[in-house]
Amino acid sequence: MNTALRLLDGPDGEAGAESLTSHQLRLGTLPPPEPAWLIDAVERSGLLGRGGAAFPAGRKWRSVAERSAGRAVVVVNGAEGEPLSGKDRTLMAIRPHLVLDGAEVAAAAVRAREVLLYVGTEYPAARSALMRATAERGAGRVPMTLVEAPTGYVSGEESAAVQYIDRGLALPTTTPPRPFERGVGGRPTLIQNVETLAASALIARFGPGWYRGAGRDLSPGTALVSLSGAVARPGVIEVELGSTVGEAVSTAGLSEAPGAVLVGGYAGAWVPADAAWDLSLDPVRLRREGLAMGCGVISVLPASTCPVQATAEILSFMAGASAGQCGPCRFGLGAAAETASRLARGAGVAGDVDRLRRWCGQLPGRGACGHPDGAARLLGSALSAFAEEFRLHEERRCGSTRRSERVA
Amino acid sequence: MASTVRIDRIRCQGHGLCAELLPELIELDDWGYPILRREDVPEALEAHARRAVAVCPVLALRLERGPRRTPPPAA
Repeated sequence: MNTALRLLDGPDGEAGAESLTSHQLRLGTLPPPEPAWLIDAVERSGLLGRGGAAFPAGRKWRSVAERSAGRAVVVVNGAEGEPLSGKDRTLMAIRPHLVLDGAEVAAAAVRAREVLLYVGTEYPAARSALMRATAERGAGRVPMTLVEAPTGYVSGEESAAVQYIDRGLALPTTTPPRPFERGVGGRPTLIQNVETLAASALIARFGPGWYRGAGRDLSPGTALVSLSGAVARPGVIEVELGSTVGEAVSTAGLSEAPGAVLVGGYAGAWVPADAAWDLSLDPVRLRREGLAMGCGVISVLPASTCPVQATAEILSFMAGASAGQCGPCRFGLGAAAETASRLARGAGVAGDVDRLRRWCGQLPGRGACGHPDGAARLLGSALSAFAEEFRLHEERRCGSTRRSERVA
Repeated sequence: MASTVRIDRIRCQGHGLCAELLPELIELDDWGYPILRREDVPEALEAHARRAVAVCPVLALRLERGPRRTPPPAA
């Protein structure tokens, strides 16, 4: 069994946003807002953030709670800037009350005085579902306000979200201070992905022991996965952590012969199809193997499509998405994208692959945020998974039948 | 107590003076931006490191007392 319905349990997603009545009949009401108990429960649940970094949620809550003194801010992060991810907007659109329950629980735990719903401007269905849901709930313990997150890959990065809310600029800032120390309005700020908050709402109701009942490998719980590429039925599914990439893909079915799988998204890694199927969808396991679960993207590249071209397209996107504030990211990603594109279109020159390899090693850790690190992971994985194809391209040859195919 | 070099990547404009004064710890990439070979400063290089910090035209280089801190929560 590869799907485990917890977050997506309940009425069919086709029916749109679940009403408050249905939500409460199905799940009951939230427990009393006891901060120490809530933080302890989330900590013991082992829940890891589902925005991409897989940071322990309980530890984050505790860091904010320790500094809060009743003035903390909770930012519900639904910016979802990853092009291949659809899980956050889906969750907000069909389970708005679960997300808002999570926000309420988090706000109680860190004694926040306000909640900001930071939702991508391209996701009107998610925004209206959350707006309707907040109206249905009436005045709660803590005021909740919607803030439209601007388009852009880095808009959801924590420090960029804070700077956008305060100053209208969705650009990462130099850290420290981190948002948990000094965030929105200079106040301690908990920024948490919508899926992480939704999971917290279930942990608050059913306890950490229940939450740990799912999870087959190293990390407990379930996660949402966005399936795309050469699959028959692309979309969002929920999987038990520790189930395999192959199991997840089999729920959607392959639409053509697979060549490789992009695991984790644009800041994730390419894995040759044969090696991908048995990979455990577990953030801790994947990290140990030099990979990343990221925000749960799985995209299948058809065997007929040129992987150098596919990699060049992602790198071009990542270069364009750079905030351009840090030299190594601005110039390094730009040069890597240009070189990969040159190789892809058969205009490579001798030394291009070595140059890519060298730049790839120099990028990690050299930006204010993790953007160059993500791009480097993607590039590094391509250079190793598609070593032979890159070598061929340096000789201006290509082994694929189709040269231009968008990954998405 | 050893100290640690830190670079404010947003401030850094790639003037490259740090690499001239502290080549043992800092080299430049193809665009002139610093690559830290290591963050902890050996005692013998402390004075050089302080000089590099002082000459950075955009104050992007800092010297922190003590070993590298464990990274706090990320996104």
